[in-house]
Amino acid sequence: MDILLLFEQTLNGLQLGMMLFLIAAGLTLVLGIMNFINLAHGSFYMVGAFFAATLYELTDSFVLAVPLAFVASACFGAALEFVALRALYDRNHLDQVLGTYGLILFLAQMARIIWGAEPYDIPVPAFLSGQVEILPDAPYPVYRLAITAVAALVGVALWYLISRTRLGMLIRAGASNREMVGALGVDIRLLCTFVFGLGAALAGLAGAMTGPILTVNITMWESILILTFVVIIIGGIGSIRGALVAALLVGLVDTLGRFLLPELFGPTTGPALSSMSIYILMAVTLCLRPQGLFSSAHG
Amino acid sequence: MARLFSDRRALIIAIGLLVLMLVPLAGEVFYTRLATRMLIVALAAISLDLILGYGGMVSFGHAAFFGLGAYAAGILAFYGIQSGFIAWPASIVAAALAALVIGALSLRTRGVYFIMITLAFAQMLYFLFVSFRVYGRDEGMAMKGGRNVFAGIIDISNHVVFYYLALAILVVVAWALLRLVQAPFGYALRGAADNDRRMRAIGFPTYRYRLAGFVIAGGIAGLSGALMANQSLYVSPTSLSWVTSGDLLVMVLLGGMGTIIGPILGSFAYLFLEEALSSLTQHWWAIIGPLLLALVLFTRGGIYGLLMGTSRRG
Repeated sequence: MDILLLFEQTLNGLQLGMMLFLIAAGLTLVLGIMNFINLAHGSFYMVGAFFAATLYELTDSFVLAVPLAFVASACFGAALEFVALRALYDRNHLDQVLGTYGLILFLAQMARIIWGAEPYDIPVPAFLSGQVEILPDAPYPVYRLAITAVAALVGVALWYLISRTRLGMLIRAGASNREMVGALGVDIRLLCTFVFGLGAALAGLAGAMTGPILTVNITMWESILILTFVVIIIGGIGSIRGALVAALLVGLVDTLGRFLLPELFGPTTGPALSSMSIYILMAVTLCLRPQGLFSSAHG
Repeated sequence: MARLFSDRRALIIAIGLLVLMLVPLAGEVFYTRLATRMLIVALAAISLDLILGYGGMVSFGHAAFFGLGAYAAGILAFYGIQSGFIAWPASIVAAALAALVIGALSLRTRGVYFIMITLAFAQMLYFLFVSFRVYGRDEGMAMKGGRNVFAGIIDISNHVVFYYLALAILVVVAWALLRLVQAPFGYALRGAADNDRRMRAIGFPTYRYRLAGFVIAGGIAGLSGALMANQSLYVSPTSLSWVTSGDLLVMVLLGGMGTIIGPILGSFAYLFLEEALSSLTQHWWAIIGPLLLALVLFTRGGIYGLLMGTSRRG
């Protein structure tokens, strides 16, 4: 086995994990605070990538396009919450699932109408396009390191927001007892819209930053949505810390599984096992801790 | 009132059956084939209704069992086993076993967790079958040697014969399920959905009841999958995908969940709508999506509730 390749794959796993964290953080907050299951959350990831692609074409600057896509995703998420999703809060989970499922179909089709079925390519910005040797003889793309770092910074900012600010305190309070926070005079609806916008922005940011690595197309949200669910199940609903730990775990297991298992089990069993690895991880977690690693409260 | 209620249901069933009996007489192969597909999907939909409508389990992974049934028939045909007497029971057993394992794990959880876990397990099977090179990866594979054979007893390669067989199976299974939900088992299942703690307090092992319901539903969905493999002569991972699970959920709700008859109407309506809209526009998702949202927001009881006069605004 090539130890340098293993090192590279570990970094890739971390990078995937951080992207998953950005997406899962928003979803787990929405689930935790509003007890609302939003299947369309993966669409924010896709929409963020498309926003970035369009904004890149308009501004011709990637550094400008990504923050703008972040803001645009936030507006998009908040608007969607205000127009459609708000009406689903009081419904049971089945209604929420079906309503947001309808929304997914709609958004996927709209994306096809607006952006077309052809994938978009966002080029890696020139100043991040090189390779860097972290270990001797192990060149690694600077861009991947950069987005991992950005995701980590955003994660720290999110931690600060949630645990050190008044707004974060309200969000945490909302997660543990929504009615009580409302009764104390906090506009819980506004808080929900804010959290929703924040979640959409984080997912959109992940989409925008992943754009140059993968191609931007209308099915990109599909696999990521399921991965996000696995992350939340493992991490526990409503827990940012759980989302971080689980996202890194899932990112590493998925990436390293794809790399290691075919070498260990041969070309037939290996891919089959590696495609199932994170779900096996999920099943094991469920057996040991049905509420996830860091469950906040209700499920 | 109770008499009127049951009479109206009998009327709906009688008219429905009559129409279904007459479909192949129109002589159009296209319509016979479409109606066959509707019957097969309806079979999967009523199996989901058992656990969703009566058991209160929002499974977003029901396509897993449907797809496994299809793959079981497809894989047996791939290795030269053509007999439906082997393939169809194998489909049922494979799907029921998968339901046993997935159910045993998923039913440890509730609510949102259950939805996401069933979805994730179904996707696991989806990615598993996509990774098999021998079975055509994401392209899927054709049913080798055509439709299953039944030792010369019936010849399902004839479209009309196959249609009537599918109809007979649907009627028998629907009847059996309607009996089942009226039986003590069905009441225990409903009780567990309504108030699990109380049911356990009076001595029902609700977990086992739920799991049994989940396995029965899985087995029926497996049979439906085997039929579908025979109908389309093709097995593809799409049959396992979460969009298929979502569509099944929509059909149950559209028709009226917890009624068995409703989901049959729902799957007919949904597939008809899909057929009609997709011939009009390629963007039919853009129409069905908001329609779905409106359906969830503004109606209760579905088509069946409408016909029975029991629907109410939600």
